[in-house]
Amino acid sequence: MVEFVLNGEMMQADDASMTLLDFVRLERGLTGTKEGCNEGDCGACTVQVASMEDGELVHRAVNSCILLLGQMQGKSVTTVEALGGDHPVQEAMVEHHGSQCGFCTPGIVMSLAAAHIEGRQDHADVLAGNLCRCTGYAPILRAAEAVAAQPVPQGPDEAALLEGISGAGFTELDEFADWYVKNPDAVLVGGATEVGLVLTKELKQPEKFAFLNQITALQNIEHEIGGMRIGAGVLLARVRGAMVGKYPQFAEMLRRFGSVQVRNSATIGGNIANGSPIADTPPALIALETSVTLRKGSARREILLEDFYLSYGVQDRAEGEFVESIFIPEQGDTLGVYKISKRFDQDISALCGGFNIAVSDGIVTKARIAFGGMAATPKRAKAVEAALIGQPWNEETIATAQAAFAEDYTPMSDQRGSAAYRMILVQNLLKRFYLEQTGTGRVRVVGGIS
Amino acid sequence: MSVAKSIPHDSGPAHVSGEARYVDDYPMPANCVHLAFGLSEKSHADFTLDLAAVRAAEGVIEVLVAADLPAKNDVSPTPDPEPMLAEARVHYIGQPMFLVVADSHLNARRAARLGKVDYSEKTPLVTIDQAMAAGSRFGEAVTYSIGNAETALAAAPHRISGEMEIGGQEHFYLEGQAAFALPEEGDVRVVSSTQHPTEIQHKVAEALDKPFHAVRVETRRMGGGFGGKESQGNALAVSCAVVALRLNRPAKMRYDRDDDMVITGKRHDFRIKYEAGFGPDGKIESVIFEHFVRCGWALDLSHPVADRAMLHADNAYHLPNAKIMSHRLRTNTQSATAYRGFGGPQGIVGIERVIEDIAEALGLDPLAVRQANFYAPKGDLTPYHMEVEDSISTELVAQLAETSSYAARRVEIAEFNARSPIIKRGLSLVPVKFGISFTLTFLNQAGALVHVYADGSVQLNHGGTEMGQGLNTKVAQVAAQVFGLGVEAVKITATDTGKVPNTSATAASSGADLNGMACKDACERIKARLVEFAAEKWGGEAIFSDGQVQVGEHSMSFAELVTDAYMARISLSATGFYKTPKLQWDRVTGKGRPFLYFAYGAAVSEVELDTLSGENRILRTDILHDVGNSLNPALDIGQVEGAFVQGAGWLTIEELRWAEDGRLLTAAPATYKIPCASDIPDQLNVALWDGANLEKTIYRSKAVGEPPFVHGVSVLMALRDAVKAAGGDTGFDAPATAERLLMAMQS
Ligand SMILES: Cc1cc2nc3c(=O)[nH]c(=O)nc-3n(C[C@H](O)[C@H](O)[C@H](O)COP(=O)(O)OP(=O)(O)OC[C@H]3O[C@@H](n4cnc5c(N)ncnc54)[C@H](O)[C@@H]3O)c2cc1C
Ligand code: FES
Ligand code: FES
Repeated sequence: MVEFVLNGEMMQADDASMTLLDFVRLERGLTGTKEGCNEGDCGACTVQVASMEDGELVHRAVNSCILLLGQMQGKSVTTVEALGGDHPVQEAMVEHHGSQCGFCTPGIVMSLAAAHIEGRQDHADVLAGNLCRCTGYAPILRAAEAVAAQPVPQGPDEAALLEGISGAGFTELDEFADWYVKNPDAVLVGGATEVGLVLTKELKQPEKFAFLNQITALQNIEHEIGGMRIGAGVLLARVRGAMVGKYPQFAEMLRRFGSVQVRNSATIGGNIANGSPIADTPPALIALETSVTLRKGSARREILLEDFYLSYGVQDRAEGEFVESIFIPEQGDTLGVYKISKRFDQDISALCGGFNIAVSDGIVTKARIAFGGMAATPKRAKAVEAALIGQPWNEETIATAQAAFAEDYTPMSDQRGSAAYRMILVQNLLKRFYLEQTGTGRVRVVGGIS
Repeated sequence: MSVAKSIPHDSGPAHVSGEARYVDDYPMPANCVHLAFGLSEKSHADFTLDLAAVRAAEGVIEVLVAADLPAKNDVSPTPDPEPMLAEARVHYIGQPMFLVVADSHLNARRAARLGKVDYSEKTPLVTIDQAMAAGSRFGEAVTYSIGNAETALAAAPHRISGEMEIGGQEHFYLEGQAAFALPEEGDVRVVSSTQHPTEIQHKVAEALDKPFHAVRVETRRMGGGFGGKESQGNALAVSCAVVALRLNRPAKMRYDRDDDMVITGKRHDFRIKYEAGFGPDGKIESVIFEHFVRCGWALDLSHPVADRAMLHADNAYHLPNAKIMSHRLRTNTQSATAYRGFGGPQGIVGIERVIEDIAEALGLDPLAVRQANFYAPKGDLTPYHMEVEDSISTELVAQLAETSSYAARRVEIAEFNARSPIIKRGLSLVPVKFGISFTLTFLNQAGALVHVYADGSVQLNHGGTEMGQGLNTKVAQVAAQVFGLGVEAVKITATDTGKVPNTSATAASSGADLNGMACKDACERIKARLVEFAAEKWGGEAIFSDGQVQVGEHSMSFAELVTDAYMARISLSATGFYKTPKLQWDRVTGKGRPFLYFAYGAAVSEVELDTLSGENRILRTDILHDVGNSLNPALDIGQVEGAFVQGAGWLTIEELRWAEDGRLLTAAPATYKIPCASDIPDQLNVALWDGANLEKTIYRSKAVGEPPFVHGVSVLMALRDAVKAAGGDTGFDAPATAERLLMAMQS
């Protein structure tokens, strides 16, 4: 039994694996929320979800099509119907001709309304996960600008409503760890931005789920002696926040990871555990010498993240074992992170990776380089590293090191890019890193950190 | 005045509140069944089916194959056959083979994957080269020509030649294909997300072996169409109708997004070969084009699409000697279909490529070459022997070059590039001239039905469909204008084959031109009766404005006049009709007047290109676009902005890729990327050209749906300019993905 609030009303639902979108449309007849893709890419199904995070009520725009009801336990959902039609965002959208066919509109309204609560001004980022095929976005961006200065309308007292919900599902980490040893066939659900598609697209019907998002012990970002520990259940939206001051290029890459809605659901643990060769966080984390803590029952082991990936689709994770946290050792920021995709925003990478290269007195003293999209797993470029370490930091060294990529990687060709393209890219990105470090002006068209 | 005002879309408030209803949003009776197609996994094969597992699956009510259909198994928009369910042989991966009827959408989808199919595979023809080699065509090659292209080419002082691939495009209407059908005492009522309710009516009637009058089709609105709902919705509506009558239960079908992308047709991809001869000033003396058009497995609308590409092989340029050949190729891929521009944009990319090559060969600014070749204001003949009577390219482009500071920015960009080794900028100004009218002349007709109720409120129905373009708003403005009312007094109801019969598709940008005129005709008929009545009663000419009617000394509200007229037994309802004048076109010989007029415009785009990665972005785009006397400037600007972004997406990031076996590799939004909010130019300035349509169209306005799509070409050509600045090879294909651009710069 899942308990949550929908538009101010208490809901109870039995089928934890039903999507929130099907629930609102089919069970509740709330057809304002649209299905445009059923896979998290278009934002037509965007709703706003509020929950208590560190004692504060936080509102997040999420894609309801790949959210499972099991994740809604103890949360408060708002759909477009509850905005009433006279919300400042709605009025601005009409006034600025922000809708044409109108099918994307409820989702856009919900994204803008959630951003409005937070007072966000980065409208194009806010809308990266809302596709509109009609307007070309210009009038929507004008509406977003117009509404920014207006006060946030008062909604129902969601915090009070949430207090009325008693806990259900896993909240204690130890309890879950023990249960998972006994139920290793259960599907773990972080944000379901991968798992959701298993249901909506592969049409699989797993028997057992374990929803991790209520386990507070997995939600922490802790600054320990010697580094930063991030719980597996931390949302990518929050990881981005933690990276801004520390590794700004990592944060900039996370700005382009999925969309607001995806980052508001997806967890760092899910991105790591999923084991995709084109997952965006592992390469940069590997370049930072990150380790991962795996837990089975009460037993923990900590290994380097690069050792977690054994081969395509295979990770060093035993039955009943799960990702508990990652640990990034303290270090100066010498990290460059590059994500290359066909579209800048909300696109899976052709390749993505990081250069963590330190130079002292003109000599390379440290080089850890890793990329996704270049091999069957996120992989270090050890030959390139070797070609750099101990060498003078100059164009000649870069040229030698560029050639060494051919020893490290034999990329494949697919619809995101040919092998030749990927190889030229990775080599050129080393040059980009060099140029960015040596400061000869702007060398990227988007997202350069000045 | 109701026309020429920036009135918001009539559904705007309902869009933002979520109340606007699309097909999947209608409450359905509890006994409604849900449908899904089982799809082919092979692109060319004979097959036999074992559907036991499908039938046994949870929630399945029944499963139909072609033999179970009551009458015709055909969803073609032309006389050429297109079976709805494959019979014995499949022709592409994604072709529907059987129809699952289940108790829910999800159960239908799940069951549809359980078919056991025995395929006996044949060699598929996937590429243009394969189809050419096998002689796999729809009809013979078509040629249009003027002058003597070969002789003039041989005699020209300079020549260039080349070849270019131009990719297709997925419509990605946000609302996928959807329809439902309700059985009604042996007849059927269909609600469909379609641009063409009349065709749905015909296909459904044929599939049921019933007269057209037994089928009523309704379309309130679409969540986007872009041509993708001209013929591609037929299969869903027919399926629903067949099942609804078979089970005597309501039936609904909608494609899941990935199914939609695999099953339905897309924009035609083209290969264009060209040779051109020109003078030292870049003036074109002769051009020879050869269009290779990949049509997919079924004919669909490929002939008129390929024709329109030929008819736009000139764009805004006078080609004194020209020959355009077109090969329409049958392949084992989705059946390419209508898409905004209907082949026109592809034809235009061909000639713009020629212009750029000429400029490069002569070391001229491409703008100078363009200006040297524009049609004269009147008198020049197109390659299809139509006299251009309304060319404004010269003035319009001069104005845009001025307002966008083209010349000054050329210099700035050259300076920027000289000091920026990695990032290069490019600039390009590209015009458009787009022919307006259906090239199938008989389609250029429309009807409307107008009722004035006794309280003075007006209800209006016309044959066009609303897909976001604001057609209903514009047509309501026309009615309001005729009666001197505010638009709020006019209600437009769902398009309904029971109200206005025998309509054409809402396509070819013709919606407002045709239906606006038909509506005006109907309103004027009623108004004439009111005027006559008023003259008899009060003696004087009635003047309608601001909701008031003035007859001589006598003044009253429109509602009062109407009530009096009703009491005097005056008919307050009328139908209206319009057919486009002057058209006369022979598509076989390629001679005549296929278009009533042309819409013009131009765009200047500036881009920035990263020579290390091929990544790029649009810094600024300025557009000046001709809509004649705008019926509604806000809606027109909305069309221009939206079309530009869609056109730019087509030529940059939107890439369709098929595997060797004909499988579409980019068949989901995770792999097929349309522009998102951050992809639009940092600065997008759109202005409307100040000038009336020379033809007597509805309030002298011009069609706006398709022409501005071509403005996206300016982005492609600006990227070319940047590649040139980087010393790369400018002969790259479209879409110009980051990968293509980077590879072009390797040479
Ligand atoms: C529209 C869209 C855009 C996307 N864009 C990107 C992108 O730009 N870059 C990118 O890298 N990815 C992207 N993804 C993929 C996905 O969002 C990420 O991989 C995300 O980090 C997954 O996290 P999650 O919490 O949602 O995982 P879930 O779907 O909940 O889980 C993913 C897998 O990991 C397992 N799992 C989850 N948590 C744990 C744990 N603690 N221990 C062990 N196993 C666990 C699950 O059982 C499942 O197998 C995108 C997905 C979508 C739908
Ligand atoms: S329906 Fe497209 S993101 Fe949910
Ligand atoms: S208004 Fe049609 S998709 Fe946005």
